[in-house]
Amino acid sequence: MPKYLIFLGCVIPYRLSSYEISARKVLEKLDVELVEMPTFNCCGYPMDAINHELMLTLAARNLCVAEKENLNILALCNGCFCSLNETNKMLKEDKKLREEVNGHLKAIGMEFKGTIEVKHLAHVLAEDVGFDKIKDAVKKPLTNLSVAQHSGCHILRPAKYVGHGDDPENPTLLKNLIRLTGAQCLDYMDESACCGNPIIGVNEEVPFQMAKEKLDHIRAVKAQALITACPFCHMMFDMNQPRIERAFNEKFGIPVLHYPQLLGLAMGFSPDELGLGELRVKPTELLNQIQGGKS
Amino acid sequence: MSEAQEYVPSVIKAEELNPKFKYEMSKKHGAEKIMLCFQCGTCTADCPISRFSDFYRPRKIARMMQLGLKDRLLSDEALWLCSSCFTCVDHCPQGVEIAGIVRVLRNLSVKENRIMPLVYRELASNLLKGGYVYEIVESRHKKRAELGLPPLPKPNLEEIAKIFEITGSSKMLENVKTFEKVKS
Repeated sequence: MPKYLIFLGCVIPYRLSSYEISARKVLEKLDVELVEMPTFNCCGYPMDAINHELMLTLAARNLCVAEKENLNILALCNGCFCSLNETNKMLKEDKKLREEVNGHLKAIGMEFKGTIEVKHLAHVLAEDVGFDKIKDAVKKPLTNLSVAQHSGCHILRPAKYVGHGDDPENPTLLKNLIRLTGAQCLDYMDESACCGNPIIGVNEEVPFQMAKEKLDHIRAVKAQALITACPFCHMMFDMNQPRIERAFNEKFGIPVLHYPQLLGLAMGFSPDELGLGELRVKPTELLNQIQGGKS
Repeated sequence: MSEAQEYVPSVIKAEELNPKFKYEMSKKHGAEKIMLCFQCGTCTADCPISRFSDFYRPRKIARMMQLGLKDRLLSDEALWLCSSCFTCVDHCPQGVEIAGIVRVLRNLSVKENRIMPLVYRELASNLLKGGYVYEIVESRHKKRAELGLPPLPKPNLEEIAKIFEITGSSKMLENVKTFEKVKS
């Protein structure tokens, strides 16, 4: 039975518990045991822009905590996966950098040894649980549904650190996971393009245009929902969708579901159990179709 | 928008050039390969931010670093428009980590007490106060319990403060000037 330290990050407990709720539900059913971090600090990602060493040391502290527990980390957030996984790999490969960071960690009585691995939820589902087991767990296949995916940058790029074999130019990991639910996953233009969220704190115009263009492309292929695997991308497309609609005088009305919400529906959980009520763009039509359809 | 239409600052004067700058920068983690950039422009062509911004041009940033136009680079707020999507890193035919170069320059701007967007001070201050970069208010903790979620892991604030101290971050954040929004 796979066992992981779950790394929630900051933004999920702050405003996206629907992602955490649905992830915990499906992972429990799929026999992945989750252990809580005994002590936590931000993964470091948001601090990289102001001080790289600070980011590395904050990330390394979390890695040291995981090493002490002798458990691999499961990250739900792409940003957390990015900083923890990259720091882990860089410190394992680069002796000089490791010595530098270990010099800092000494002050808090820790040392990075490089004994654990960091995975994103999508990797744990595809590699540890496996497609067969997920397929077996699908009790209500979503056969009438056509959706699109947005993997998010940091489980795709930079390819040399991400690992796990997905192609950043033509990502298939999340697509294949979506197809296991019985839903169709549609191709659309510029699928692996960024949502824009990381700079929303300094500029809204550019991210809004980036997300609007993606929503245009998703609407063009008539996807009934967008499926994400990152809380920041989710916020950009769901929470900000009404604002994007106002800014461009458009109506999209595309519901945005966290991947474990989609999988959870196919596994037979109720919308309430998966936190679907928390979504800004209400998936009413989608749920009517799932509940009233042939599934 | 094409490069020809972008905002062009005043003519570069020879005394602004600093040939040593690129060597200093190439010692920094992430900017090691700055000398390998041959200005093909793939980074700008594929950059999702450049697509919608009149000012942010990664190719230009790489060239300015090679030329040693430090003051121009660090005083330009557009430096803070990169969204770290790493498309440029994956696409560079010379293996130059363009996003790494932008990060090295941002770090330098903060270290030399120049400019930084206000939002980073807020995130850092939350992190020091509670371990999370967003403030998790008491009602959130209660809501978790109601939803049947386990209590959030506790931060070790003393250790976080120490990490800020030993990496020199506390001092940097005190003295750097902040600005709120970047023009695009």
